[in-house]
Amino acid sequence: MVSYIWFFLIVIGILFSMFTGRLDIINDSILTNGKEALDLMLSILPIIVLWTGIMKIAEEAGLLQKFARLMQPILSRLFPSVPKDNPALGYIASNIAANMMGLGSAATPFGLKAMSELQKINTKKDTASVAMITFLVLNTAGVTIVPTTVLALRIAHGSANPSEIILPGVIATFCSSIGGLLLDYFIRKKNRE
Amino acid sequence: MNTLSKIVIPIFVVFVIFYGFKKRVSIYDAFLDGAKEGLMISFNIFPSVIAMVFAINIFLDSNFVYDVLGFFEPILNLIKIPIEIMPMALLRPISGTATLAIMNDIFIKFGPDSYAGRLASVLQGCTDTTIYVLALYFSSIGIRKTRYSLPVGLFADFVGISVAFLITMLFF
Repeated sequence: MVSYIWFFLIVIGILFSMFTGRLDIINDSILTNGKEALDLMLSILPIIVLWTGIMKIAEEAGLLQKFARLMQPILSRLFPSVPKDNPALGYIASNIAANMMGLGSAATPFGLKAMSELQKINTKKDTASVAMITFLVLNTAGVTIVPTTVLALRIAHGSANPSEIILPGVIATFCSSIGGLLLDYFIRKKNRE
Repeated sequence: MNTLSKIVIPIFVVFVIFYGFKKRVSIYDAFLDGAKEGLMISFNIFPSVIAMVFAINIFLDSNFVYDVLGFFEPILNLIKIPIEIMPMALLRPISGTATLAIMNDIFIKFGPDSYAGRLASVLQGCTDTTIYVLALYFSSIGIRKTRYSLPVGLFADFVGISVAFLITMLFF
């Protein structure tokens, strides 16, 4: 999928500028691109490193697990098909907690474990179960409270108030989750699952 | 509102460090371990950042967006959507790195505190890359029939992106 997008962006870009006579600009662009990528990387790297450091403390102090326990009542309602004591719920909670703190890559291992636990109670092994779909909807809606990379990049470009986008972001991500969950719920009801 | 947004992170940091200290975690070593993981993560995403900045810059510098989508510009302006944002909104469910590269471009051209810059920031944080997540998670456990998961995921993205447009308009 990403291969297609990559192909599309480059080919359209180069062909279009050939026809419109902007090829010299593209030439410059290709040659200076690397530096821009490096600058981008350098501006997000310190915050990623710092934040994963802070979150490691939270993890070792048991904050993620504590948060997961707090979410248990909500989760058992969202996942009626999963038994209450199933470890999948714990992994789902940790995945959501890590996502919330802007640790996308720390969230992935929890998410993968949650999926393999859900697969154990799945009756048709090649077909997505209802619980899996609810989990992925929750996951891709991506409830993020601290968008680390966005903050880092805003700081790097000299924003006067880098964190001013946190609240509107939280509202948008919250609506996205609710919208996804509602549609998921109605489809489940219609299918009587 | 301004002060609220400025205290979220400091409070969180002091809370985590305090909690870790109370639980007798060796906080300094834990931080170093985490930081090391963060370095590895950054190292691992670096190639895809280079690849995406490369493709996105060629695409944006070709002016394709302006010349072709420019047709819709009056309509977009009516609802206060800068045209530069459109490729970002369209690519959001597919590639997080591509939209990161576009956001970076918008920051360079207009600054992070411009309307386009703020809108890009909210957009980047509001959803995850649905198609990537679905592919990764389902393939990890060998699921081939994904049923209604993609439409629901894309619907959630659509809601998130629409709300991001709306909320940025209301906030700034």
